[in-house]
Formats: sequence, C-alpha cells, structure tokens
Amino acid sequence: MSIQTSIWPLLAVLVSLLGAIPIMLSDRTPNLRESWTLLAALIKVAIVISLLPHVLNGGGWEFVIAEVVPGVPLVLRVDAMGMFFALVASILWFFTSLYSIGYMRTLNEHAQTRYFASFAVAISATLGVAFAGNLLTMYLFYELLSLSTYPLVTHEQNAESRKSGRKYLTYILGTSIGLALPAMLIVYSLTGNLDFQVGGVMAESGASPELLALLLVLFLFGFAKSGVMPFHGWLPAAMVAPTPVSSFLHGVAVVKAGAFSILRIIFHILGPEQLQQANLGWIVCTVAATTILVASLVALTQDNLKRRLAYSTIGQLSYMVLGAGMLTAVGMTGGLLHIAMHAFGKITLFFCAGAIYVAAGKKYISQMDGLGRRMPITYLAFFLGSLSIIGMPPLGGFISKWNLAIGAVESGQLILLLVILISSLLNAFYFFPIVYRGFFLPAAEGEPEGIKEAPLFCLVPLSITALCSLALFFWPSVFYRLAQLALGL
Amino acid sequence: MSASNLHMYVMAVPLLTAMFVNLFGRRSDTVIATMTIGSLAFSSIASIAVLANVLEVGRISYVAGNWRAPFGIELVVDPLSAVMLALISVIALLASFSTLKSVGQELPGRGHQFFALYLILISGLMGLVLTGDAFNLYVMLEITSITSYGLIAMGKGRAPLASFNYVIMGSVGACFYLLGVAYLYLMTGTLNMADLAQILPTIGGGAAVATALGFMLVGLWVKMAFFPLHGWLPNAYSLAPTGVALVAAPLMTKVTIYLMVRIMFWVFSADFLFIEHALAQSGIVWAASIAIISGSVMALGQRDLKKMLTYIIVAEVGYMVGGVWLANSTGLTGAVLHIVNDSLMTLCLFLAVAAIVYKLGGSEFDRLQGIYRKMPITMAAFTVGAFSMIGVPPTAGFFSKWYLILGGVEAGHWEYVIALVLSSLINAVLFFRIIEIGYFFKDENDHGHEKLEEAPLAMQAPLLISAAALIVIGLSSGPLVESIIKLALPAGF
Repeated sequence: MSIQTSIWPLLAVLVSLLGAIPIMLSDRTPNLRESWTLLAALIKVAIVISLLPHVLNGGGWEFVIAEVVPGVPLVLRVDAMGMFFALVASILWFFTSLYSIGYMRTLNEHAQTRYFASFAVAISATLGVAFAGNLLTMYLFYELLSLSTYPLVTHEQNAESRKSGRKYLTYILGTSIGLALPAMLIVYSLTGNLDFQVGGVMAESGASPELLALLLVLFLFGFAKSGVMPFHGWLPAAMVAPTPVSSFLHGVAVVKAGAFSILRIIFHILGPEQLQQANLGWIVCTVAATTILVASLVALTQDNLKRRLAYSTIGQLSYMVLGAGMLTAVGMTGGLLHIAMHAFGKITLFFCAGAIYVAAGKKYISQMDGLGRRMPITYLAFFLGSLSIIGMPPLGGFISKWNLAIGAVESGQLILLLVILISSLLNAFYFFPIVYRGFFLPAAEGEPEGIKEAPLFCLVPLSITALCSLALFFWPSVFYRLAQLALGL
Repeated sequence: MSASNLHMYVMAVPLLTAMFVNLFGRRSDTVIATMTIGSLAFSSIASIAVLANVLEVGRISYVAGNWRAPFGIELVVDPLSAVMLALISVIALLASFSTLKSVGQELPGRGHQFFALYLILISGLMGLVLTGDAFNLYVMLEITSITSYGLIAMGKGRAPLASFNYVIMGSVGACFYLLGVAYLYLMTGTLNMADLAQILPTIGGGAAVATALGFMLVGLWVKMAFFPLHGWLPNAYSLAPTGVALVAAPLMTKVTIYLMVRIMFWVFSADFLFIEHALAQSGIVWAASIAIISGSVMALGQRDLKKMLTYIIVAEVGYMVGGVWLANSTGLTGAVLHIVNDSLMTLCLFLAVAAIVYKLGGSEFDRLQGIYRKMPITMAAFTVGAFSMIGVPPTAGFFSKWYLILGGVEAGHWEYVIALVLSSLINAVLFFRIIEIGYFFKDENDHGHEKLEEAPLAMQAPLLISAAALIVIGLSSGPLVESIIKLALPAGF
C-alpha cells in the first residue's frame, strides 16, 4: 500500500500534449504527422500499462505539478479508480487514431492538422481527469477537455457546427463554472483540502444533510458531460463532429470524464457513508433513472444513426450514475464497471456508423436496408456492440448490468431493477431493427450489390473493439479488481 | 543611489526622461524609443530590486528634501507598494514596445508630445503608490489625471469630448477626495498617513471622521470607475489613442484600488471600517456585486472589442472592491492577487487589441471575421487572456477568483459569490462570441483567401510574454501568495 513519487504519471498525461507540437509542425507531410499520433498513442498505452501492476497490488503513484492553493496542490495521483479510466481511455485512443486516419483521409476532410492536434490535447486532458489527485486538478483538466474539444465539435466550421459548438459550450462550461466550481469552493471552505480519499473528504466535516444535498445536486448537474437530464442537450448536438470524434470523445473520453467525475465525487469527496446516513441516494437514483428511461425512449424515435447512438449514450451514462447512487458496494462496482464495458461497446457502434458513412455515404437508418449484406464485418461488429450495450451474455455489458441489477436488489429498491430491465428491453428495440434491416430487408432499388466494406484503417479497429467487448465477458478481472480497490473493498 | 532611496529613482527617472523626450524627441522616433524604453527598463529592474529588498527588510522610507516627517513628504515603500511599483514598471515597459508602434502609426510626428505625457503619467502612478502623505496623494492623483486627459484628447473623432467628460467627472472625484483630506486635517492637524493612523484612534470615530472617510472613498470610486460612477471610463479608454489604453486600462483602475486599500487600512483601521460601520461594509459588498453584474451585462451590448473590454474593466473593479470589503483575510488576499492578475490579463488583451487595430484599423466585431487565420499568433495569445478573464485554470485569473469566491463563501456574502460566478459565465459568452466571429466567419472582402497579416514583432513579443506570464503566474500562485501577497496585506489579516 505504498504511494511512490514518480514522473511517469505526468509523462503519461503529457505525451499526447507534447505530441501535438510535431503534429502541427508536420502539416505538409500527412504520413509523418499520423506517425506522430500513433507513436504518442503507443507510448501512452505503454506508460499506463507499466503503471498498472503496482496499482493492482494496492499501491499508487504520485506527482506534484505545482503548489497553487494552500492544502491543494496541482497533483497527479494514480489510484485504482484513475487507472481504471486511464486504461480504457488510452487503449481506445490508440484504436481511434488508427480509425481516424482511415476516416479522415477517405473523406478528404479539411484542416486535418488542427483535428489531430486538438485530439491529442483532448486525450491529455482525459488522462489528466483520470489521474487527478484532487478535485481542483480534476476540475482543471475537465475544463481543458471542454475547451480542447470545441474545435473538434465545430470542425466543419459551418452554420450548423457553430450552433452546436455554442450549445456544447453553454451546457458544459455553464454547468462547470456555474455549479461545480461553487460546490468545490464550498467543500474547500469546509475541509481545507480537496483530496480524493476512500470514504470521502467530507467524512469529518460535520456538514448538515441539507448542505450535503445541495452539494450533491450541484456536483451532479455541474459535470454535465455525463449527460444527466436536463443537461443532456449538448450531446446529440455535438454529433455534427466527424465520426471519430463522436466515437471516442462522445462515446468514451468526454462523456465518461463526466460520469467518472460524478463517481469520484460520490466515492471520494462526499462519501457513500455520509450520503447513506443523510439518505440522499434517492436524488441521484431518481435523476439517473429518469434519464435512462427518457433517453431510451427518445432513441427509439431517431432516424439519424449517430443521433440514436447519442441518445443511447445518454441513457447508458446514467447507468453509471445510477450505480453510484445505489450506495451499495455491488451497485457502485457495477456503475464503475459500466464505464469500461460501455466504452468498448459504444465505440464499436460509433466506428460502425462512421464506416457505413465512409463506405456507403449513409446517415439515416431508413436508408440502410440491405446494407448488412454489403458490409458483413461491420454489421457483425455492430451486432456484438449492441448486444454488449443491451447487456446480454457473452459480452462485457452483461457483467456491469448484472452487478447493477444485484445492487438494485440489495439496496431494496426494486423499482430500480425494473428500470434496468425496461431500459434493456428498450435498448434491444432500438438496436435490433438496425441489424434486421441490414441483413434481411431488400435493398432499395438502384443500390449497388456486392461486398464493399470501409477501408482497412476503419475496419480493423472496429473489429478489434468488438472482440474486446466479447473478451471482457470472459476476462473482466483487471477492471473488476480495480473497481474493488477504488471502492476500498 | 542606495537601498534606502532606490524607490525614489524608480519614479524620478521616467519623470526626468519625460522632459528630455519632449526636448530631443522631435528629431527622430528612435530617440523617443531609446529614452522611453531605457527609462522604463531601469525602473523595472530597480523596482524588482526594491521589491526583493523590501520583502527582506520591511518598510523603507525616504524623506523628500530632508523635511522630516510628519511635516515633510515621505516616499514609503512597504511590501504592498513595492508589489505595485514593480507591477507598474513592468507593465509600462511591456506596453511601451507596442505603444511606440501604435503611436507611430496613429499620431505621426507627435511622438515627443505623446511620450512626454506618457512618461509623466507613469511616474505619477508610481508616485501614487509611493507617497506616504494624504495630500501629496491628491497631487499625484491630479498629475495622473491631467496627463491622461491630455493623452485621451489626442485621439481621433469624439476623443476630445470623451476627455472633457472625464475632466468633469475626474475633477468632481478629486474634489471629494480633497474635501475628505481637509476634514482629516481639521480633526488631526496632520497629513502624514502614518501619523494619521496613530492619531485617529485616539480622537474616536466621530461623524467628522466618518464623513472624511466617506468623501475620500467616493472620490476614489469615481477615479476607479466603480459602478455607477463609471460613466467616463468606456468612452475615454476606447476613443483614446490605442497607446493610452494600453497603459491606462491595465494600471489606472488597479492603482486606485490600491489607494482605497491604503487609505482604508493604513490611515483608518479595520475595526473602524468593519465593526463600527458594519452596515456600510455590507452595503458596499452589495454595491460591488451589482457593479460586477452591471459591468458584465453592459459589455454584452457592445459591438466593438475595445469597448467591450472597457466594460469588463468596470466589472473587474467590482471584483476587487467587493473582495476588499468582505472584511476577511481570504477576500483581501484575493483582491490584492487580483490587482496583479487583472493588470496582467488586461494588458494581454489590450496588447492583442493594439495589434489588431494596428493591422486592421479598428476593432469592431465586423472587422474581426476570419481573424484567427489572419493573425494566428496574436489570437492565440488573446485566447489565453480571454481564458484568464473567464477564469479557466491554470491561468492566473482562476486563482484570484478562487480566493475572491472563497472569501465570499466564508463571509456568507452569497450575493457576491453569485455575482462572480455569473460574471464568469458572461465573460465566457463575451469571449466565445469573439472566438466564433474570428474562427467561423470568413471576411467577405477577401473572398475566403485570408493572407497571413501578423503584427510586427515589437507588438507580438510583449503580447506573448504577457500571455505566458498568465500561465506561469497561475501555476505559481501558491508561492506568490505565501511569500509576497501575504506580506503585503495589512496587519491583522
């Protein structure tokens, strides 16, 4: 149980940020530029994995960047929970980088240098959120993530993306400055420190239940990247971005930074014990359950594939929040596990949506009849991804949903179990028709026949992430162990 | 020159140089540039030496003309005034590179007049922070005011009118301050601040003393453009030649905040202010909160970048006045830290504006279309300044806001906390509007083929330095507060 000082956590965060420099300098030579991206991604995965064994043994890594406020330095501290998120994010960044190359080049997108550079900064910020040792550091990287993704959301630079960009910032910056920042300052004024501690830094503050409730609400809505309703509107709007951005950032990094932040707050700032005593779990559960059901229903009505996936993401994110809100060990484990399980499943689905757009130029589900016969591998991956999201064995999504369901039973709130079951049913309703249309409905007249898959740079990553989803069902132990360590179990 | 009178030279060198600039500057702009930069570079280095020395040995007094205090005039430097002195010198130096370029373009052939007044203005500001005499402070206040009236009137169009408006408001403010000093003199028979601070507690806090304080505060509030006494500032700063705004915008209001702090805690006392007049204290925090919101909302209505920034200055004045009057150590720390940070970020933003005006001839929103492609370096630095104004970590602006909001939380002044948060949000709207215009819209006259049109190096270098400083200072906020700002706070805080 030792915390070792080491510069590696900082390097893990910085490698992609520094990578942005050669990326910008190699503007004229795309092959070199993309090599830098891949190199940075590989180094990042390597560093994160090298930090893993010590964390699995119950240890940690620490690096103090700067002393900024008394009692609250800017500090990176790699604990089990941070490692959990960092592992997911860094592995998926590598696949996204491969996929980006295929996608951006095939579509001949403009401003690719800015795209890859912003992407590199965003992933640095994501790892910063994961490795942040206290709330202030996490807030810093959270804001950096918001700002660095703005050029990605508005990549097309047309009227629609401008509008979406505005919505994106209004929701994300508005809630983080307007709600999370004051809440953080209130916590600091009570405790004089913002460290993440198992059991919560607020444990000995003696705060009244009313104040705890206020803080909980401020934090819950303050990290709007998690897409809890009513602050979810930015996510469908952000789908105007190129698909790799939607898949990685709005399927994994950004949205999970939001859910991760809320989980951090509940686990390590407010503390499950205190929330349990003050009987505040229902606030979180109500908000999350509502979001899950409403988002799943809305997803049913979307014809644009990416928008359907976006609403599905909103619903799935709230599973993580719901798990935390149950305040039981199994429920919280399930919530945390769902970060990883959902990430691999959802990124596969987004990759497929992008592959369909690249290969067939189609965005709307109603136009995709018979497409599965032309793109069998993509559709198979899509099928696996959707099974994982629905929570069926033998895919990773089952594990987290199983834990969540048990958590609901243990906490004695059977209505939550019902919510989880209904939502899974709805998930099936909005995913299966896509697969069905693809394989069994006749293609519209005039559509070409014959196999035409997306380029290999797209196809390989999406196949691998789909297989990972499968593998996570059989070998979830690393993530399981990390989740348990994070909760002090 | 010695350690005990170096601070006097910091002020005297630019003042003397001003005379020579006017005499010899007619010949060529190079002479003006050499003299201006030379004198300010001396002041910067010397003021940093003074700061280092004062942090070590404490308060240093210089008696002008050997007339012993409290009868003669003292030039005092303590940690707070040393911080201000260094801030003024360094900011004036950084601004001057850009000012020289901008004056060369906007006021050709009048550089010697401009820079004579400019240097007197700067040494007047230095005098304000150095003087230990309440009446001498009035004299310095008038020196800075009169030079800025002249400088502002050199602008084009309605600038003389804006200057005249400022003359009226400024004179009213100065009268209030002078009346306050007169009351104090009647009650105590002295003008020396240290002397006043000793005598005032012994005569009790009667109505006359309270009136004196009230008059002095109102006078200073006019000068610092504290809402609703701000009417003169936006026009004066936006119509003035760009070079004036470059030094006036970062420094004038902040120096006046310093004066308020100085008068409040080094002439009067915290007990007198916050315990005997608790109601007024609470009222002023409310007024500051209203000032913050009003300034921000008025900024929303502007269609010109420079004008928008002037309203942000009005809002920022509210930040600092509120922070000082929160009556706790955290708020005061935040206010003093914000004096430093706000000066730097205002400088950064105005340097960017100066570069834009230099290349594009103005800063109306319509002109800014496509500017991220035309002036990428300038706009990168501008974006850092904007993030600091919004309060995005790790820029400096975040950390002073941190202390200010925390002070509000500790004092239970929720209206002030809400005002700060709202103002941050409005700032985000303000600056992202600029980013949107500059990043998305294409300049129609150029048919979408913007050429790179960066400002000259002399304007870019100080801009980049100030942007980098915002991040460096942000990251070193901890040591900065612990080893400098804490020492600069009044005793008991």
